[in-house]
Amino acid sequence: MEIFYSILPDLIRMVVCAICGAVIVFGNALVMGYAERKLAGHIMFRPGPMEVGPHGIYQLVVDGLKLMGKQLVIPKNADKPLFMLAPLLAFAPVFVPLLVIPFSDKIQGFDHDIGLLVILALASINLLAVLIGGWSSNNKYSLFGAFRAVSQNVAYEIPMLLSLLSIIFMTNTFSLKGVVAAQSPVWFIVIQPLAFLIYLVAIVAETNRAPFDLPEAESELTAGFHTEYSGMSFSLFVLGEYANMFIVSSVATVFFLGGSSGIPLPYFEYSGIIWFLLKVYLLMFFLIWIRWTYPRTRFDQLMNFCWKYLIPFSLVNLLITVVMVKLL
Amino acid sequence: MKSYFSVLFTGAWSLILGLKVTIKALFSPIVTYQYPREKLEVTPNYRGHIDLVKFADTGTHKCISCGSCMRDCPSDCIVVEGEKREGVKGKVLTIFTLDFTKCSLCGACVEVCPTKALDYSNDYELAGFAREEFYYDLLKRVEERE
Repeated sequence: MEIFYSILPDLIRMVVCAICGAVIVFGNALVMGYAERKLAGHIMFRPGPMEVGPHGIYQLVVDGLKLMGKQLVIPKNADKPLFMLAPLLAFAPVFVPLLVIPFSDKIQGFDHDIGLLVILALASINLLAVLIGGWSSNNKYSLFGAFRAVSQNVAYEIPMLLSLLSIIFMTNTFSLKGVVAAQSPVWFIVIQPLAFLIYLVAIVAETNRAPFDLPEAESELTAGFHTEYSGMSFSLFVLGEYANMFIVSSVATVFFLGGSSGIPLPYFEYSGIIWFLLKVYLLMFFLIWIRWTYPRTRFDQLMNFCWKYLIPFSLVNLLITVVMVKLL
Repeated sequence: MKSYFSVLFTGAWSLILGLKVTIKALFSPIVTYQYPREKLEVTPNYRGHIDLVKFADTGTHKCISCGSCMRDCPSDCIVVEGEKREGVKGKVLTIFTLDFTKCSLCGACVEVCPTKALDYSNDYELAGFAREEFYYDLLKRVEERE
């Protein structure tokens, strides 16, 4: 019994963290789904969803209910266990990175020395889910989408890691709280603008969004890796995609935009989350904005851009950073 | 080597221009209409199905039941019948129906009408559950119209 009382605070903390994670994942998908459709509409001079509720704000709730009610169709020749596993694998790992993200000084699941590694390791499981989903669908479009996703994600993970690494060399810690603390006078976007740009381009490719949405390029591959998915298994992929967007934007906020730092509000240890979420959603607005601005790139252009521009530039940036850190 | 960097800068510049275009569009007023609630005014030149014209001076149509439109119709979708009545000069129109399911909107009937009694209507919300809903009784329509 004594042991139970000693671990009780940690247990409560775990439960609260799990609930908050679920709230963030589902709430973020609702907000982002609505924002994406609304912004897409206004960029094309039309109002977007308008029917359900004032200015269509309940549209995503209704869509969610519809998707829950739909039949899960499994193709006859699909690899059934893998086919069912893929959406879960796309959706489940997104909860863990949320634990180590410092929303403010005090609001954080747990602070760990390898916080960044946890995020990066679990973010790449999403890629495995895409590959499994594409393979098990037994459909050439899905398979091509999965192939593209893998080659694109493997390529773009390198500049992403290198640009983050140049920050790590300056802070000497993988702990996200430590990185935020290291930016108290100036944000790293001022010191490392090139790393920020490279990271920004890389996360668009990592989250498979336009103009790098080749894994699901609808004009060539119908819907890419999720061609055969319907109903809730499809929406799990979408939930995972939006949660991944939230995570990569949070990492960008922590590493380049000073995390929760900003003009102090009352109870800043807790209310810093307002600044944090503001920065995250500004980044996500930018991601939506470029999605509805640029046409999709060709696959060789995508690969050329990564291997010929992003990786050399991030290597040079890393080299300069290392030299400067040593000299100063 | 020179083109390696110049491509980068021209490309980046064009991307920024693209972002400028869409952000301007984002804050411009919308141009679409919320159709069932908000309706666009139809141009008077719109050529819908045919209708008998109601003339203000007589308060009714000017059809003389000559049957030119019926004979001219390539799709055979107009039926006109008239009868002689005591004390009335010419024929009186009794039946004027249009089978809109067959009509190809060619307008030959409007062209041929000697009294200009036919015109195109502005009806564009044409949807129905049965074929019979598109057998229009134009005589009834002209009497019901204000």
